[in-house]
Amino acid sequence: MAHAEAHHDDHHHPGFFTRWFCSTNHKDIGTLYLWVSMFAAIVGGLMSWYIRAELAEPGLQFISNDAEGKQFYNVLVTGHGFIMVFFVVMPAMIGGFGNWFVPLMIGAPDMAFPRMNNISFWLLVAGFLLLLTAAFIDGGPGTGWTVYPPLSSIDFHPGRAVDFGILSLHVAGASSILGAINFIVTIFNMRAPGMTIHRMPLFVWAILVTAFLLLLALPVLAGGLTMLLTDRNFGTAFFNPAEGGDPVLWQHLFWFFGHPEVYIIIIPAFGIISQIVSTFSKKPVFGYLGMAYAMAAIGVVGFVVWAHHMYTIGFNVDTRAYFTAATMVIAVPTGVKIFSWLATMWGGSIKFEVPMMYALAFIFLFVVGGVTGVTLANASADLVFHDTYYVVAHFHYVMGLAAILAMFAGWYYWIGKMSGRRYPEGLARIQFWFFVIGVNVLFFPQHFSGLAGMPRRIPDYPDAYAPYNYISSVGALITAIGTLLFFVVIWRTYASKETVEANQWGEGATTLEWHVASPAPWHTHEELPDMTGKAPAE
Amino acid sequence: MLKRLFTLVPAAVAAMFSGAGAALAEGVVAKSKPWQMWLQEPMSPSAEMVHDLNVLLMWIEVAIVIFVLAIMAYVMVRFSEKNNPTPSKTTHNTMLEVAWTAIPILILVGIAIPSLKTLYFADHTPDAEMTLKVKGNQWYWSYGYPDHGDFEFDSVYVPEEELKPGQPRLLTVDTPVVLPVDTNIRLLLTSNDVIHNWAIPSLAVKLDTTPGRTNETWTRINQPGDYYGMCSELCGVNHGFMPIHIKAVSKEDFAKWVAGAKEEYASNDTDKQPVRLAKAQVR
Repeated sequence: MAHAEAHHDDHHHPGFFTRWFCSTNHKDIGTLYLWVSMFAAIVGGLMSWYIRAELAEPGLQFISNDAEGKQFYNVLVTGHGFIMVFFVVMPAMIGGFGNWFVPLMIGAPDMAFPRMNNISFWLLVAGFLLLLTAAFIDGGPGTGWTVYPPLSSIDFHPGRAVDFGILSLHVAGASSILGAINFIVTIFNMRAPGMTIHRMPLFVWAILVTAFLLLLALPVLAGGLTMLLTDRNFGTAFFNPAEGGDPVLWQHLFWFFGHPEVYIIIIPAFGIISQIVSTFSKKPVFGYLGMAYAMAAIGVVGFVVWAHHMYTIGFNVDTRAYFTAATMVIAVPTGVKIFSWLATMWGGSIKFEVPMMYALAFIFLFVVGGVTGVTLANASADLVFHDTYYVVAHFHYVMGLAAILAMFAGWYYWIGKMSGRRYPEGLARIQFWFFVIGVNVLFFPQHFSGLAGMPRRIPDYPDAYAPYNYISSVGALITAIGTLLFFVVIWRTYASKETVEANQWGEGATTLEWHVASPAPWHTHEELPDMTGKAPAE
Repeated sequence: MLKRLFTLVPAAVAAMFSGAGAALAEGVVAKSKPWQMWLQEPMSPSAEMVHDLNVLLMWIEVAIVIFVLAIMAYVMVRFSEKNNPTPSKTTHNTMLEVAWTAIPILILVGIAIPSLKTLYFADHTPDAEMTLKVKGNQWYWSYGYPDHGDFEFDSVYVPEEELKPGQPRLLTVDTPVVLPVDTNIRLLLTSNDVIHNWAIPSLAVKLDTTPGRTNETWTRINQPGDYYGMCSELCGVNHGFMPIHIKAVSKEDFAKWVAGAKEEYASNDTDKQPVRLAKAQVR
C-alpha cells in the first residue's frame, strides 16, 4: 500500500512553473492563497502602521500639510480597508483554508472545478495588482473603502485612480463569485457517501453559507461599480443629482453588498473556531444543528439590515426603526454561537494548545465587539456614534481582529497538516501574547475616543483626543512585534525538522483531514471514505 | 510625548472638578476633554435621551461581557485537562438552548422600546420656532436664516497659525453660527458638492448634507455657550478641517445679533458662492 502510494505520487512531480502557476490541485491553490494573503497583510499592515504613526500625536508629522499629503492619508485609509477585506481575510479564510480543508473534510478528492479554482486565484492576484496601481497613479483613491459618490465621481476624483480601484474590485469580485460557485458545487455534490448535509463539519457549513453570501452579494456590488464607472467615463448620471441621479442610490447598492460582506469575513471564522473548540475540549460541538442554522440565519438576516450603515443619510424615521429592529435580531443567532462554544467547553477536558488560546481570545474579542454592535444597531444612539472611533473600535473588534485571530488559530491548527512540521511551541505562545495584548491596547481606547466624539478618517484631531490616540499607537507597535514574530514562527516551522503524525491533536480531532497523512499527500481521498452511520463529523 | 501626557492628566483632573460652576460664567464649552471616557455632556432634550439610552446599553453590555468572561474563566479552570481528564459527551440540552435564545430576545425588546422612543423624539419637531439652513461645501459650512431676513454667511476653518489665544485647535471657525437657547430650531441641511455630515455631539445632531436633497432634523439648546463639532462624513482632503462652532446665546442677545447680522450679511449675493482658497486648491 505504502509502495503503491509512493509510486502514484511519482507521476506528479510537475516543475516549479507548472506546479505553482498552472495549478489545479486544491492544496497547492490553497497554499498560494495563503501566501498572497500574507503578502497583502504586510502591505495593508504597513498602511495601518503609517496611519497610527501619524495619529500618535496631534498635528501632522508624517504627511505634508497640503492637499497632496492629506490625499495620501485618505489613500492610506482607503487602501488599508480594501486590502484587509478583499486581499487578506477573504483569500486566507475562503481561498486558503477553504480550498485546503473543505475537500479534505468532506472526503472529496479535489474541488469540483479545479481549473476554475486556478482562474479564481489568478484573478485575485490581478485584482490586487490593479489596486496597487490605483494607489500609485493620479494621487490615488481617497474615497474610503465605501467609495461614496459624489466624492468618487469624476468631478472630485479626476484622474484614473478611482477607475483602477473599480476595476480591481470587479476582478476580485469575479474571482470570489467563481470561487463561491466552486464551493457550492463541491459541497453539494462531492461529499463522501454517508456524509449527509447534517453531518458535515461546521467549517464546511461555514464555507457553504459564505459561498451563498458571496454569490448573492457580489453581483450587486458589480452592478453598482459598473454604474459608477459609466458615470465617471461615459456620461451616465446614476449618482449625479444635477442630472436626476441620486448619490444615496450608491449607498444602498454598496451596503446591500457591504453588510453581507462582513459576514463573509466572519462566518468562516465561526467555522474554524467551532472545529478548534471541539478538538481541544475533546467533545463534539454542543448544539450542532443550532450552530449550523445560526450561521444560515445570520446569512439570511444579513441581507435585510444593510441600511444601518446609512442611518444619517436622512431616512424616513420608520425606515430607521425597521433597520434598528432587524439589526438587533442578529444578536440572537450570534448569542447562540457564543453560548454554544461555552457549552462545548463545559464538561470538556481542555488542552491549551496555541490554536485553542487563539480560539478563546477570539471568543472574548468577538463578545466585546458584538455588544458594542448592539449599541450601534440603534439608530437613536447612532446620532452620536455614527462615523466616530466607536464604530472603528467596534468593527475592528468584531470583524477585523476576530477574523485575524481566527486566521492565526486556523494556521496553528492546520499547519502540521499543511506542512508536516510542528510550529515552535514557545515562540508561538510569545507571538500569541504580543498580538492579543497589542490589539487590545490598540483598539480598546478607541471606544473612549469615539464616545468623546472623535470622527474617523481624519489625519489630525483636536488635542483632547491625544492621550487615547497615543495609547492606540503604542498598541500598534506591540501588534507590529506580534506580527513580525508570526513571520519568524513561519520561518522556524518550515526550517524545523520536527514532523507531526497524521492526527496531531489526538482524540478530540475527529474530522476527516486528520485521517490522512501529514503533510497531506498530493492526492487524498482517491478512495472515498464511507461515512455511513458514523456520528456527525464535528 | 510622555511629557504631553503628564501635562494632560492634571488638566483633565482639574477639568473634572472645576465642573459647571466655572463654565457657567461664560456659558458652557461643549467639546471633548482629555481622558474623557464617556459621551459629551448632553445639552439638548434629544441628547439627554440618547445619553440615558447609552447608559442603559452600556450597563447591559458590560454585564454581558462580564458574564461571558466569568463563564470562560470558570470553564478554563474547572474543565482543564488537569482538573477534568475525562470529557463528558453531552451535546444537547433543549432547555438551555431555548433559554439562551429567548433571554437575549427579551433583553433586545427591553432595549428597543426606549431606543425607538428616542429615535422618534429626535427625528423632527412639529412646532419649530425658527429654521436654520446648513449647507456643506468643500471645506466650509454656509448658514442661512430664512426666518430672519434670509441672510447667509460662511463659516470657515481657522488654521492653527492664525488662532488667537484660547481658541481650540481644529475646532475654530472665523464666524460661528449663532443660535438662541430654549428655542425649537428646525435644521434644514443640504450640500453644494459632495456629501458632508453636520454633527454636534453634545446636541445629538448628526445628519448628512447631500447634494440634491434637503434633510430635516431639529434641536433645542439648553444653555448658552460654545458648542463644537466636526464634519462626520469623508468629504475629501480637508475633511478633518471643517469644524462646526455654534455660539448659543439668550433670545434677547440673539435678536440683537440678528439685527446686526442683517446689516452685515444682507449685501451678500446669496446665489454666488464666494471663491475660497481651499476650494481653488483642489480643482
